Amino acid sequence: MTDQSYNFAYLDEQTKRMIRRAILKGLAIPGYQVPFASREMPMPYGWGTGGVQVSAATLTPSDTLKVIDQGADDTTNAVSIRKFFERTADVATTTATSDATVIQTRHRIPEEELSEDQILVYQVPIPEPLRFLEPRETETRKMHALEEYGLMHVKLYEDIARHGHIATSYAYPVKVEGRYVMDPSPIPKFDNPKMEMAAIQLFGAGREQRIYALPPYTKVVSLDFDDHPFEASKAPQDCALCGASDSYLDEVITDDDGSRMFVCSDTDYCEKRREGQAA
Amino acid sequence: MQAHLLEGGFDDAPRAASFAFRALMNAMARPGRIEWIEGACPPAPISAAAGAVLLTLADGDTPIHLAGVCDRDDLRGWLAFHTGAPLVGPGEAVFAIGRWEDLLPLDAYPIGTAEYPDRSTTLIVDHAELANTGARLTGPGIETETRFALPDPLSFARNARLFPLGLDFYFTNGSQLAALPRSTRIG
Repeated sequence: MTDQSYNFAYLDEQTKRMIRRAILKGLAIPGYQVPFASREMPMPYGWGTGGVQVSAATLTPSDTLKVIDQGADDTTNAVSIRKFFERTADVATTTATSDATVIQTRHRIPEEELSEDQILVYQVPIPEPLRFLEPRETETRKMHALEEYGLMHVKLYEDIARHGHIATSYAYPVKVEGRYVMDPSPIPKFDNPKMEMAAIQLFGAGREQRIYALPPYTKVVSLDFDDHPFEASKAPQDCALCGASDSYLDEVITDDDGSRMFVCSDTDYCEKRREGQAA
Repeated sequence: MQAHLLEGGFDDAPRAASFAFRALMNAMARPGRIEWIEGACPPAPISAAAGAVLLTLADGDTPIHLAGVCDRDDLRGWLAFHTGAPLVGPGEAVFAIGRWEDLLPLDAYPIGTAEYPDRSTTLIVDHAELANTGARLTGPGIETETRFALPDPLSFARNARLFPLGLDFYFTNGSQLAALPRSTRIG
């Protein structure tokens, strides 16, 4: 049931036009962060205000929405955003990756390969990959303009000097089409190779007021060195529930004695596999 | 103002605009692919697709340049009522609309700056030929390669060389459109 006191998908039309223009420029310049006038949303920063605004500007009444938080459909953040759009846009929702046309995600890419008819919307906390190396926006903007990314390689090199390997395990920087260095949002680096996909990928950072995008099949290369090539790592176990050896795993502490198990972070993937085994 | 200028907008603006935007986004994300876009009935001489692009994206924040025969009272009045967008010359335009030959020369439009490459004009080439023949396109959004009938491939190749600066294009005809962002390589 749509709440009729809201415009379709919550945002007013002028706001949606502004966001839509930013999305289109983002798609035209893959990896470049387009500034946009982010609005106050009825949820705090850090809960996906950027992703929600991008989804609101993207959803049509005939879409089917899926929302995941670290791969799970049933965590607070995912449930509340799904309910938000059920109420304000009256869209169908699902937890099945293959049934969804728009997927809003916090920090994961679904295990199941996405198709041309799907759109993946990322919630992004800090869109600027250089921010922790250079706090001034005026400087990072210049660095992007001049394609001056040496500092990022120094950071990865320091990882190697200190740990013997590149220890960055999430929000692993990528270079898009050989031009812009981009923060893939805090997805595990296990997901980085999946970013060259058939679906459209949109990134929204609400507090930082940035939108960026990747058209399908855009070349996305994780930064590395010849002698320390990029490696998409995961826990060296199989899922304790479905036995999958190819999916990204969460470590779950099961009691006060430190017992633990590793299970698929993508709940839909894990459930589908277990259903398949039971049948 | 004549009453007919008040008509021809989206029937149910939020929903119609959402469908129209989906077509615009799919087109921009997959250069050269032809999409349907419906819901607008603009006055002559612009096509329904071009009208829908402007209804979906233009408002008081987006100056529009009407090129050549598009610069007519009917269209000015229609845009003023439905979008409120100011009309300007090519040098300040966020959107420019017209036939290809009327939109030229391309160097009259802003291509963005090194720090803000998004501050560039999007050109709507109306009554363009939409066909997947001719110039070979590669780049983001295209799996291997595709073909599109560009009016003057050399101009677009020159624009692509400016990347990340440059102009972005929509080609409209009837109720169909296709896009060519600056990121697409020609030939």
